[in-house]
Amino acid sequence: MIYNIPYIAVVGLILLGMYALVFKRNLIKMVIGITLIESGVNMFLITLGYRKESIAPIYTSSPGGIMSLPVPQALTLTSIVIGVAVTALMLSLVIHIYRHYGSLDAKNVRRLKE
Amino acid sequence: MNIPEYTPALIVAIPLIGAFLTPLISRVHDKLRNIFVILVLVINASLVFLLAYDILKNGIQTYIFGARNLSYPIVRILFEVDAMSIFMAIISSIIVLVAVLYSWSFMKNNTGLDKYYTLILLLTAGILGMVMTGDMFNFFVFLEITSIASCALIAFWTSQAESVEAGFKYIVISAMGALFVLFAVAILYGQYDALNIAQLADVMQYTFLDKIALVLLIVALAMKAGLVPMHMWLPDSYGSAPSTISLVLVGATLASLYGVLRVVFTLYGNALSTIANFDVAVNVFIGWFIIALAILSIIVGVIMALIQTDFKRLIAFGAVAEIGYMFLGIGAGLAAAGTAYGNVALQGGIFHIFNDALDVGLLFLVAGAIYYATKERSLNSMGGLARNMKFTTVFFIIGLLAVAGMPPMNGFASKLLIYESTFQLNPILAIVAILCSILLLAMFVKVFYSAFMGPELPKFKKVKEVPKSMLFAMGILATIIVIFGLFPEIILNNIVQPAADALLGYSEYISQVVAGGI
Repeated sequence: MIYNIPYIAVVGLILLGMYALVFKRNLIKMVIGITLIESGVNMFLITLGYRKESIAPIYTSSPGGIMSLPVPQALTLTSIVIGVAVTALMLSLVIHIYRHYGSLDAKNVRRLKE
Repeated sequence: MNIPEYTPALIVAIPLIGAFLTPLISRVHDKLRNIFVILVLVINASLVFLLAYDILKNGIQTYIFGARNLSYPIVRILFEVDAMSIFMAIISSIIVLVAVLYSWSFMKNNTGLDKYYTLILLLTAGILGMVMTGDMFNFFVFLEITSIASCALIAFWTSQAESVEAGFKYIVISAMGALFVLFAVAILYGQYDALNIAQLADVMQYTFLDKIALVLLIVALAMKAGLVPMHMWLPDSYGSAPSTISLVLVGATLASLYGVLRVVFTLYGNALSTIANFDVAVNVFIGWFIIALAILSIIVGVIMALIQTDFKRLIAFGAVAEIGYMFLGIGAGLAAAGTAYGNVALQGGIFHIFNDALDVGLLFLVAGAIYYATKERSLNSMGGLARNMKFTTVFFIIGLLAVAGMPPMNGFASKLLIYESTFQLNPILAIVAILCSILLLAMFVKVFYSAFMGPELPKFKKVKEVPKSMLFAMGILATIIVIFGLFPEIILNNIVQPAADALLGYSEYISQVVAGGI
């Protein structure tokens, strides 16, 4: 059971992010929602690679014993880097939106209608 | 002629290197930069064509990054290019080249063009990587490169509130879609300890977790491909971006469509064709699900297009309908897999990918030409433009006939295949498809009348035909449309047929990597 807690946290983070994305009207909160989903997915990857009592996969001067699988960590690192770029881009767009509309409420940012 | 084995890697590397050289060359001279970008894309397109020739003759090409003869299974990136991948690569190379030629005059008065061209080249690298990679995680990375570059390009005119709004919508949608893809990749990796598409497809058990991953992948990629009911971002982005970008975005959207095809036919190909745990076989179930969404896309796209007054938004809704036609062909191919008409439907769907890119792309370029000449976007304030813009008018007629599926344009050839085959599956599908095609024609004739016909408006007296580079770019698309409309069998037999075979023959894709001992 105790080893399932990270997975429960993953689901919680993703659901929280989805909630923020769907129900929050503030654009910054929507960006936070995306980053929460991203953290959830990253945590899922890291949890997949972890084994009980394993050590970091660094071979030089390793004390021996089980090592965590490095591949999910490499994937997570890539994903984090991409996530930073996406978040920066989203926030810069939010700045531009605020300049044009004078508001961060999604209700007011609706010049594109059918 | 033998081409080096690293050609697939070069095809992604050349635009990537070009992208980072562009700002440097831009410092020297603006024209030099434009020539450099065009040169990069021409070289890349010729490499794509060489690779296509080689693949159609010798079969699937793989290129592995890093060590190759390792005894234990190891995760590494490889490119696996089959006929379907190279078909998509050909489409995107043509589209990007045309867009850059068109940009020469169209974007001339903008500032920040070094960034514009850099982003276009990055987007090219992303699209080509998406269609050629043989690795799920690498697919995710290229998907993100494509999303980031296209979002920045949609919001390129930051002085316009609509562009920024559309850009934000797009990045939220695609960031979420990409995270879904990553989650699905993680689920698959956790079960099978592999990231390679071929390896995964080989050991796929179709467990409950696999079903979740399949749903996540299809939803995320169909959302990025603009299938109704996940299409809301598409008209906004297509309508607000510069016309050249709308054209390139069509390519990016189609790359996501390719992702759906790869997932359904290759990654889950083994599982779907052998396991049936419903009353109906699973592929029939998924096929009908896709067909339902496709019909919905066609109807919603056409109806929403009818009420638009903004020229580019109207075309964008037309594009939603066209995406519906592709998915209709593909879904029918899946639902009737193994039958003769199922194969015809799949071929029609794949052929329509090619035609949609050209037809919708040409219409976007025409809308851009009108915007360039008159600075008008609303159809209500246009009129009588045929007097001053003769060539543009001709290109618009070609584009409208092609989109509506009228002979002798290429849209007719592919839509006929879709009608024929879906009629055998269920006549109602074909009836809806034909009816909506007629509505598309009616809608574009209305546009033609209100924009090009009618009395000469005083404010358009001084309107001139657009510069030669824009005419040339539109001419390329129009020529391809007419040629492949008159002789569809050239492309049908040489490229589309192998592409459809490659999708159906997933075992070859798998054995290329797994049994080959690579």
